Amino acid sequence: MFNFQLEGEAVIKEVRIHGRGGQGSVTAAEVLAHAAFFEGKCVQAFPYFGAERRGAPVKAFARISDEPMFVHSQVYTPDYVIVLDPYIYKVVDVAEGLKKDGIIVINTKKKPEEIGLKGWRVATIDATGIALELNLLVAGLPVVNTSILGAFAKATGEVKLESVLKAVRETWSGGAGEKNSRATELAYERLTKWWDSEA
Amino acid sequence: MGQTIIDTANHIAGYAARAARVKVVAAYPITPQTTIVEKIAEFVENREMDAEYIRVESEHSAMVACIGAAATGVRTFTATSAHGLALMHEALHWAAGSRLPIVMAVVNRAMGAPWSIWPDLSDSLSQRDTGWIQFYCADNQEVFDTIIQAYKLCEDERVFLPAMVCLEGFILSHTYTPAKIPDQEKIDAYLPAYKSGWTLDVDRPCSHANLVSPEWYMEFRYMIQEAMDNAKRLIPQIDKEYGKRFGSEYGGLVEKYKCEDADLIMVTMGTMGSDAKLAVDKLRKEGQKVGSARVRVYRPFPVEEIMKLAENTHILATIDRHISFGMEGFLASETKASLFNQKDRPLIAGFIAGLGGRDVTSETIEKVAKKSLKCMKEGKVEKETEWVDLRE
Amino acid sequence: MTAVPKKRKELPVTPLSFPTVGSMGKTGSWRTFRPEIDYSKCTRCTLCWVYCPDAAITREEDDSPKIDYDYCKGCGICANECPTKAITMKREEE
Repeated sequence: MFNFQLEGEAVIKEVRIHGRGGQGSVTAAEVLAHAAFFEGKCVQAFPYFGAERRGAPVKAFARISDEPMFVHSQVYTPDYVIVLDPYIYKVVDVAEGLKKDGIIVINTKKKPEEIGLKGWRVATIDATGIALELNLLVAGLPVVNTSILGAFAKATGEVKLESVLKAVRETWSGGAGEKNSRATELAYERLTKWWDSEA
Repeated sequence: MGQTIIDTANHIAGYAARAARVKVVAAYPITPQTTIVEKIAEFVENREMDAEYIRVESEHSAMVACIGAAATGVRTFTATSAHGLALMHEALHWAAGSRLPIVMAVVNRAMGAPWSIWPDLSDSLSQRDTGWIQFYCADNQEVFDTIIQAYKLCEDERVFLPAMVCLEGFILSHTYTPAKIPDQEKIDAYLPAYKSGWTLDVDRPCSHANLVSPEWYMEFRYMIQEAMDNAKRLIPQIDKEYGKRFGSEYGGLVEKYKCEDADLIMVTMGTMGSDAKLAVDKLRKEGQKVGSARVRVYRPFPVEEIMKLAENTHILATIDRHISFGMEGFLASETKASLFNQKDRPLIAGFIAGLGGRDVTSETIEKVAKKSLKCMKEGKVEKETEWVDLRE
Repeated sequence: MTAVPKKRKELPVTPLSFPTVGSMGKTGSWRTFRPEIDYSKCTRCTLCWVYCPDAAITREEDDSPKIDYDYCKGCGICANECPTKAITMKREEE
C-alpha cells in the first residue's frame, strides 16, 4: 500500500452474492470488481472463506470504493445482494445485514411481489431462462452469473453496462465471450420490474 | 509503466516469483497456499517462466530440495502454510544455517488440533527462532513488492539468509484486488543475478555445514545474528529505493500511521494493521489521539523502532493474532522486552484476537483502543493479556 | 584447503569442506590385521573392490585388486567377501 492518509470517509459499496457451489458466485464477484475497476474504482472480491462443494449454499463478496481501501474484514452490511439461485432465498436469509435502502437482485421467473422478501427493494430477472435461450450451458447447467451482472448494472446503476461487458469479454474469450456478453445485455434489457420498499 | 492486474494475492505471489526470474521451485500443495504454486506451474508449462518445477511428496522434501537448488547458486522459491511449514521445521534451521537466500511465501493458517483452514499467525511465528527473516504483508500489492525486495535483501552478502513473506490465508490469499506489476526490464535492473556465498559445484566438490565442534559453533551462530542486524539496517534502505523506482513503499520495518502525537499506539501485524487505520481515524474524529504501528518485519525484530515509538506515547496496545501457550503473544513479549531497560516507558496492554480466522474488524480494534485508553487514564494495566471477543 | 581459521572473520558463512588426500592422516596406521591377496587364487571378480568401505582397493586394468596399505584400516570385509578365499588377514608386524 502507499503511504496514504484517509482525509474523509471513503464511500465503499459492499455486495454479497448468494449462490450454490459451482454456479460461479466467486467469478461473478470478480467480474463485477473488474467492471468497477475499469471505471477507475478501487475494488476487492473474495469468497466466503470456507470449505465449498457443488450444490451447497455459498457466498461471495465485492467491495467498490472511490479511494484505496484499508478494510480487510468480512462484509456484514452489504448495500446490494445478488441471488443466483431461485431457491436459495428459501433456505438462506439473503437480506441479513442488508442496508435499509439496499437492493436485492434475484434470478427467478417470479415477479418481485411474488418473492416474499417484504420491505426490501427487490429486482428480478429470469437469468436461467436467458441461459437456456442462448444455449449458454457449462456441464449441462445454465450459466447465470454473467446475465445477473447485467441485471445488477440496470437495477443499481453502480456499474455501467459497457464496463460489465468489457469485464465479461476479458474473462471469457472468443465464442464464450460473445455468448456471455449477449446474456449480460439481454438481462440488462429485460430487467424491468422492481418493487420499492414500503419502509 | 508496468501493468495493472486484478488477482488474488496468491496469484500475485506467482507473478512475483516469475518477475524475480526464480530458477527452481520445489513445492507441495496445502490450503490456502496451493494456488501460488499452481500459478507458477502454469507459467512454467506455458513457457512464460524459465524455471525448473520440482514436484515433491512433502513440504519437508520441498524445503530440502530448495536447499539443494539454492546451494548450486540459483534463485529458489517455494510456498507453504501451517502444518506444511511445521513439517519442514528442521529444514528451516538448516537453510538458515547454510546461509541460503531462499524466499518462501507463507500463507498464514492456524495450526491444528483442532483442524482449521482459516488464518492466524501461529504457523510462521512458531518458526521465529530458525534464523529466517520474516515479513508480514497487509495487502496484495505489498505481497508482490515484498517478494522482490526479499530477494534483494537476502542475496546481499551482508545478509545471505532465507526469508518468509507472510500473508494471511483467505484474507489476502483468496482476495482479488488490483496490483501493479512493474516492467520486467525495471525489475531486472533492480534485481541483478544472484551471486552465492558458496556453491555446490561438480568441478570443485565440497560438502557444507559440516560438523563443527564447540570450538567454533558459537561463532557461526553469531554470524547469523550479525546478518540479522545487517538486515535490520538494510530493509528501510531497500524499501525506500524500491519506492523511488516502483512507486510503493511500506515504511521499512514498521509502517506508522498517525503516531507522532498519539497517546495510544496500537501495535499489530498483517492485515489487522490496515483495518487499524480505520479505527485510528474514527477515534481521532472523537477526539482521541491514537496511532497505529504495523510491524512489517518481525524478524529481525524492530527494537529501535519500538523504542522510538514508545518515547512519545503513554500506552502501547499489542494485538497478537497468535498465542504462545503458557505465556502471551510474541508481539506483546517482544515489545515489552525491547522497552524493559528504558527509563521512561509506556504501559503495555496485550490483546489476543483473530485466532483461527475469527474476523477482526475496525470495530474490534476500536474496542481494544478504548479499553487501552481506559488503562491509560487509570495509570495501570490490570490484565497482561486479554482475549478479545471470547465467547463465554 | 585445510586452513584452520584463527579468527571469526576468517570463517566462511557456513562450514565448507573440500576434498583433500588423507585429511585424517595415513589411516593405514590404525591397522591391527592386514589383508594379503594370493593372486593365484584371485579370479578378478572385483568383489573386494566393490565392498571396501574406504576405497582402499583399486581395480587395475585387468581387474586385479591392488590394496593401498597407506589407507587400508584392516577391517577384513574384503577377506570376508572374497568367494575363493584369496585374501587372508595377517597380524600386522609392529
